[in-house]
Amino acid sequence: MKPLIALRSVAPLLLTGILVALVQGSLPDYWYFVLVVAGINIILAVSLNIVNGFTGQFSIGHAGFMAVGAYTAAKIVMSTRGLVSTGAGEQLVFLGALAAGMVTAAIAGFLVGMPSLRLRGDYLAIVTLGFNEIIRVIIENSEFLGQATGISGLPKLTTLAYVGMAAAITVMVAVRLLQSTHGRALLAIREDEVAAEAMGVDTTGYKVRAFVIAAALAGLAGGLLVFYLQLCTPKSFTFIKSIEVVAMIVLGGLGSVSGAFLTAAVLTILLETLRGFSEYRMVVYSLLLIFFMLGRPAGLFGTREIWDLLPRWRRKAAAGGAP
Amino acid sequence: MSEPLLTVKDLHVHYGGIHALRGISLEVPAAGQVVALIGANGAGKTTTLRAITRMLKPTSGTVAFQGSEITRLQSHEIVALGVAHAPEGRGIFLNLTVKENLDLGAFLRSDADGIAQDLERSFTLFPILKERFHQLSGTLSGGEQQMLAVARALMCRPKLLLLDEPSLGLAPQVVERIFQVLREVSAAGVALLLVEQNAHKALQIAHRGYVLETGEVVMQGTGKELLASPEVRKAYLGE
Repeated sequence: MKPLIALRSVAPLLLTGILVALVQGSLPDYWYFVLVVAGINIILAVSLNIVNGFTGQFSIGHAGFMAVGAYTAAKIVMSTRGLVSTGAGEQLVFLGALAAGMVTAAIAGFLVGMPSLRLRGDYLAIVTLGFNEIIRVIIENSEFLGQATGISGLPKLTTLAYVGMAAAITVMVAVRLLQSTHGRALLAIREDEVAAEAMGVDTTGYKVRAFVIAAALAGLAGGLLVFYLQLCTPKSFTFIKSIEVVAMIVLGGLGSVSGAFLTAAVLTILLETLRGFSEYRMVVYSLLLIFFMLGRPAGLFGTREIWDLLPRWRRKAAAGGAP
Repeated sequence: MSEPLLTVKDLHVHYGGIHALRGISLEVPAAGQVVALIGANGAGKTTTLRAITRMLKPTSGTVAFQGSEITRLQSHEIVALGVAHAPEGRGIFLNLTVKENLDLGAFLRSDADGIAQDLERSFTLFPILKERFHQLSGTLSGGEQQMLAVARALMCRPKLLLLDEPSLGLAPQVVERIFQVLREVSAAGVALLLVEQNAHKALQIAHRGYVLETGEVVMQGTGKELLASPEVRKAYLGE
């Protein structure tokens, strides 16, 4: 049983890595770029969904955690330049820097989460929004972090294969979490916090954990983004970016991993293909969002997953799961 | 005589400036005993239950379970000691299935065999839950949801179960069924602390009863004594 579980966890990661590594060489530059952005948005949407969808806490400061991860990674790589040769050494430093970015973002998630998770609904939203703005203002006024111009001249270390693997890890974390007892506890908090507490769920503890996991993954996405753009600037991590991610998960259905995944991918690609409309691009985009919300207010999949909608699978689950 | 299972001493609760509980003291003597709290709206019944499981913070007073004080513990720690609380308004996780709700009832347990046994017991108590096992609980009727709430609270194998208005808004037949189950549960050794508007039903199964009025215990006695008392009959039984 044990090796099977290990295989189930590692297989999708390896598979994505190998597949993308094979494909990425033959992609035109434009599509390479679109897929990198889509992958990063998938990481952001699926991770924010752990807080907003699973746990039912409304955070709109996800870009703040991205910024923390991105600047940590950028600073580490830039300060070790010249110390390591390009090639394998640089890759290693890069991966280490991404991991460090996840850690600092997680710490930020913990620091924001601890005092504010006693708040609910709109109050929490305002605190997370405030956090997002505080991070931006700190960066813009800090000489060390390059102020408004940011840190430029980063080496292009992010490849589509890295993004693909990071997205695979994120989706795996979310899906496995959802199927675990811990994930069940998060859902219980979303449904009825008082009743969750009555079941013995440490509601504050679980909310902080959800926040920390989501923040760490956002930090990873931030790191990947700046090493693709080769530029780390506060403009990449504004409130607008946070809202963009919220729109993705609301459209996908709060609480649905596959919904977040699909809408993140589709919206990114849609936004790129709409470039043909030039100045009307955002108008068309907003109209599409409005029509979509009118048509399916609960989002693409509601709180369920794409596999719940396949009748054959559902029947199998019902037959196998009944005691 | 050993310690009572639950002892509440001089409990005071304030909601802002409102003094909601003015020194409630009560006892659940032992396993398998049923204690009923009755009283009009706003008397402080729900507040008492919430203060016991620390869903709100009492201003003063102590709560002891099995002889040790639990006043400073957090709600989830109190559940771990064996005090389950089926909160007012059922508190069903509507977007989760019946199965997921029952699993959450056993959240703090890790003994798979015991959980499976208790699941079977829930099906014996409420056969309808077996039929609805994979349905979203939001699709259940009010009565079925209340049955689920009771079954879910029992899934943590409590020593003491606090029930807040289990008969609220239910058809008489369903109320019968719920009370019959409560009798079976207490006969199996679980102590019940029952808050009810339906004073008649509650006192019938109660070994002991307390009458609350504006945050104070105004009368107490065995279920039979209270049922026979002219004041109770007049005020709560509509005679």
